[in-house]
Amino acid sequence: MRNFLFELKEGLFISFRAIAANKGRSVLTTLGIVIGVWAVVTMSTAIKGIDNAFKTGVASLGSDNIYIDKWAWFNNDTPWWELRNRRDLTMEDYEKYRSLAKLPIAIAPTNWTRKQVKYGDNLLESVFLTATTSEFIKTTNLTFSDGRFFNELESNGGRAVAVLGSAIAEKLFPNGGAVGNIIDVSGKKLRVVGILEEQGSWVMGDFNPDNQIYFPLEFTFKNFIHRRESITINVRAANPQSVAEVEEEAIGIMRRVRSLKYNEENDFSINQQSGLLGEIDKTVGVIQIAGYFITGLSLFVGAIGIMNIMFVSVKERTKEIGIRKAIGAKRRTILGQFIAEASIICLIGGFIGLIFAVITGFVINQWLPTVVQFDAIILAVGISLLTGILSGFAPAYTAAKLDPVDALRYE
Amino acid sequence: MNIINIEHIAKIYEVGSEIVKALADVSLRIDKNEYVAIMGPSGSGKSTLMNILGCLDTPSRGIYNFEGFNVSEMDDNQLATIRNKKIGFVFQTFNLLPRSTALHNVELPLVYAGIAKAERLERAYKALENVGLSDRVEHKPNELSGGQRQRVAVARALVTNPSIILADEPTGNLDSKTGNDIMKLFQDLHEKGNTIILVTHEEEIALHANRIIRIRDGFVERDEIVKERTFLSGN
Repeated sequence: MRNFLFELKEGLFISFRAIAANKGRSVLTTLGIVIGVWAVVTMSTAIKGIDNAFKTGVASLGSDNIYIDKWAWFNNDTPWWELRNRRDLTMEDYEKYRSLAKLPIAIAPTNWTRKQVKYGDNLLESVFLTATTSEFIKTTNLTFSDGRFFNELESNGGRAVAVLGSAIAEKLFPNGGAVGNIIDVSGKKLRVVGILEEQGSWVMGDFNPDNQIYFPLEFTFKNFIHRRESITINVRAANPQSVAEVEEEAIGIMRRVRSLKYNEENDFSINQQSGLLGEIDKTVGVIQIAGYFITGLSLFVGAIGIMNIMFVSVKERTKEIGIRKAIGAKRRTILGQFIAEASIICLIGGFIGLIFAVITGFVINQWLPTVVQFDAIILAVGISLLTGILSGFAPAYTAAKLDPVDALRYE
Repeated sequence: MNIINIEHIAKIYEVGSEIVKALADVSLRIDKNEYVAIMGPSGSGKSTLMNILGCLDTPSRGIYNFEGFNVSEMDDNQLATIRNKKIGFVFQTFNLLPRSTALHNVELPLVYAGIAKAERLERAYKALENVGLSDRVEHKPNELSGGQRQRVAVARALVTNPSIILADEPTGNLDSKTGNDIMKLFQDLHEKGNTIILVTHEEEIALHANRIIRIRDGFVERDEIVKERTFLSGN
């Protein structure tokens, strides 16, 4: 063991000398690994960021919520035509549920539509509008940058008031001061009473509160849709632990409300954010595999570069190898020397790549909150060391088995 | 006492379909503190003999006994150990590592011998001092003259206290004055009790030795004691 450590130490020392002696070539060789590790670590950092964004986006929906709907959002066990043939979930169902449910801390019926919205010359097509009651705000974690949510009075009276998501507010009112102004939603005039704080979960698309407008459900019944159209019931549990109980209670009540017999299946679905999380994990997983594959290729190209240069190096230093062998270097000593050389080049490349990746991480952080993870650092160092050993092995083996007589004669 | 004992060794190469006998049948003994010159024209097989004597190569046939070890049966690693501990090489083209200092070049055999750093440096420094280069230890080969380079090579050969010093045309790349200096160095080493084997094609150089072995066509042509040795005086 002592002997091995001694040889390792001396081997590393010899390798350092060799690398320092060939600076230009070493730098070029390292470049391949720098770019490879940079790509891999940046990729993993970006994926982490995407994952974070998805998860915070989902969290903005509220992790303690369930959604009673005619449709199953994620579960595809039930064929879609069966879902379509279900009876609509109406306001009547909501009111019955509301009067019977004991556990939830907030219940809000919602209906989603897309409409054209404008203010002055600023026009937005196909904006996602959530029509709901004043209690909706209690089912979310949303906060306000200006104004407030519409109150019970406005809600019950179906008043023409609206709350804007931050991105919508920015687009309609680039100079600010939205609250108090009248916007035009598909020909109807609504007064802005509040602006939501930015949620930043861009990955949620239309479901991102930033891109939505909220207004009273009664208003939509008066102006846009019929009262009997299907709605979704947002239900908030007191805490994550009670979500299961709330769900159980909801199933019981809804079966009663919908007058289902004991042998009939539920004709409604209880949706949860965790279903969405499963979908997200699947999506991110695919991105991850594709990302690692592509960046892995660049690392692979870098490794081939190292192998190539090491082969050239062995050829070029045939005489040196001959001299070393003549004065007593064993095969394994030469093998170790060249593997160590490749590994050191790769490790140095890995560290430089890592530094670039950390810097890139800060840049990405500007629009996608993320940071280089500790496991990515371990990954980078591990990968570069492994690359060095693997790409150094074949050239080192060639060097180790050179015949000393031939090697000494080589010019 | 025999250091080297060779019995009927042959070295046969196959080049394509042709069989080349570099050494046909050579037997010889070399004793401790001998100063032997091996001579022969090019193609005579003297280089092959030198490679075998230096344990860089093994014979195809015959027995090579080095201080009682049967070298002809050894594997690569064992040969490397023998080269490292028992043989000091001095080459015509010096064969120093070009990018390393004189001190590191001399230290290197001790690295492969597994000797700790402090002792290594001390011994390497002393070896360089013995060849008169104590003021050149941090110079790289390209900062040294030909004679100085060959002295570094001699210091490297001596640093492990080998049983034999094997010099292959050591003055071949030097002018006659520096060549003489190197030959004087060998003469001194011989007087101190070292065993030296000198491979050369120059009669003049061979006459420094006290025994000349002439090789021709893979055989020992003549093996004679030198009656009138060239003896260099002075410092």
